[in-house]
Amino acid sequence: MVLLRKNSNLYLTLVRLRRNRLAVLGLWIMLILLLTAVFAPLLAPYHYATQNLVDAFEPPSWAHPLGTDDFGRDILSRIIYGAQVSLQVGVFAVSLAMLSGGVLGAIAGYYGGHLDDVIMRFMDVLFAIPQILLAITIAAALGPGLMNLTIAVGIAALPTFARIVRGAVLSIVGQEYIEAARCMGASDAWIIAKHILPNCSAPIIVQGTLRVAQAILAAAALSFLGLGIQPPFPEWGGMLAGSRGYLRDYAYMAVFPGLAIMITIMALNFLGDGLRDAMDPKLKR
Amino acid sequence: MGSPAVTETMVETRRLKKYFSTPKGPLHAVDDVNIFIAKGETLGLVGESGCGKSTLGRVVIRLLEATGGSVLFGDQDIVKFDKNDLRTFRKRAQMVFQDPYSSLNPRLSVEQLIAEPLRIHKVYPNERETSVRIKELMDTVGLAQRLATSFPHELDGGRRQRIGVARALALNPEFIVLDEPVSALDVCIQAQILNLLQDLKDQFQYTYLFITHDLSVVRHISNRIAVMYLGKVIELAHHLEIFENPQHPYTQALLSAIPIPKLDIVRKDRIILEGDVPSPVNPPAGCRFYGRCPSRQADCLEETPELVEIGPNHFLACCHPGAITAQKQPAQ
Repeated sequence: MVLLRKNSNLYLTLVRLRRNRLAVLGLWIMLILLLTAVFAPLLAPYHYATQNLVDAFEPPSWAHPLGTDDFGRDILSRIIYGAQVSLQVGVFAVSLAMLSGGVLGAIAGYYGGHLDDVIMRFMDVLFAIPQILLAITIAAALGPGLMNLTIAVGIAALPTFARIVRGAVLSIVGQEYIEAARCMGASDAWIIAKHILPNCSAPIIVQGTLRVAQAILAAAALSFLGLGIQPPFPEWGGMLAGSRGYLRDYAYMAVFPGLAIMITIMALNFLGDGLRDAMDPKLKR
Repeated sequence: MGSPAVTETMVETRRLKKYFSTPKGPLHAVDDVNIFIAKGETLGLVGESGCGKSTLGRVVIRLLEATGGSVLFGDQDIVKFDKNDLRTFRKRAQMVFQDPYSSLNPRLSVEQLIAEPLRIHKVYPNERETSVRIKELMDTVGLAQRLATSFPHELDGGRRQRIGVARALALNPEFIVLDEPVSALDVCIQAQILNLLQDLKDQFQYTYLFITHDLSVVRHISNRIAVMYLGKVIELAHHLEIFENPQHPYTQALLSAIPIPKLDIVRKDRIILEGDVPSPVNPPAGCRFYGRCPSRQADCLEETPELVEIGPNHFLACCHPGAITAQKQPAQ
């Protein structure tokens, strides 16, 4: 393994990450959540859509550890299935934003000049609209559904990545080793792939982790507003919306999906903060 | 310019200009420079910070685009090269950079760094031959094989600069620009790298353009020395000639500033220049050195002196040369 050589950057990053307890906790929570999402059909005690009107509004019990909702559906099972949607939206929306925003930012930073101006002014326009409003607009225009939700959240997060990647690229382009590579006859593609991207991966990875949390929150908010995942498929934000009417009498219906959102976002933030510290070259050793 | 008939010219610049646009106007970093470098020689290029010597070195191998004039490499003008020509040219002309800390990608190991030029130009069809060549290059520049998998941050400045040299040699170039290759190193490592460069030149017959601000360094390694001031080459001669018979007042002042390594003497012949270097943005008309020249005369402002041959292989750009040579009497 070339990557895990004792003095490689990845190895050092992992060593430093392990010293940060909160980051390790965040990493474990995310792993558990990921496994939960993947094995949801095996883990969930009930199907997410199985209605049992006799058992509606049951408080937590042995049969229904987190209680049941207004249709008698098991809340634990719905939260477990809901992890699938949240993680998918979070990861795919951020990947979309990272890829498209990253390419635009890299082009702007590397070539500069008018191209830079045009791209970044367009990003400024996107920035000027509050992100949640932008996501709502896009989601409303595209219609509900997992795919459209992902696109809406992804586009809303795009300008952040364009800006971060551009900044990172600008700081690397001025380095002498880029000039050295050019002197050797390297093409632009070679320089970007071999020198620039590997050297600006740290801020992108950190921001990516933190943005997954925001994307999950945005997706939950859109679903809460009815613009995201449609019932009966469970989505944490959608579950919150469904419990809104019963908040006074059956608070647990809102508490558990809310806790799921909170724990996920907290874990991602711990992990992101930990990665940022671990990748900071100034803290080496 | 009358180049010596016996030797072949490797690089020649003709009225080479490089201006940078600044908000205040064009910055004349290199202005009408005419020099030639013969095949197999080392041309030392000296001057103070900001005089344009590094810019000249970069324009000569087209890391920067010239604003005007031409750079002849053999019989081709590299200023007119298209992408393909340039790619071939990169194999023939290379550069060693000043700072071995910032000129090496921190994420690549020594062997990856040395392999980069070979991989860019696909010199070898397979990894095995590439790694044989890497080993050979590491031997050539005196890097122990055990360092092959090390990263730059684990090595000292001298070893890093050896990597830089190995990268420059990898493609078997004919011409190498050395941009202050030792000024970021401490003194004893400087000597090692200079000896290495000299040995390599003897072994492979490279042509060097050696850029430096350190006169003691340039004296030992150069065949000829060019002195630059504010974007212009003002004097160019054989290295002994420059040190023993400098004609330009600026060269004389520069040489008089070399410290003598003895405690009990004070240099009496020290020429102290007054004032500062004028801004290279919209430089003064006439002789660029006028404002600080101890032997200036009224007509110096009338026209910009051209570099002309005043003696065998001694070129000078000054209207009233030799005016203060009388002062040059080394103190004992």
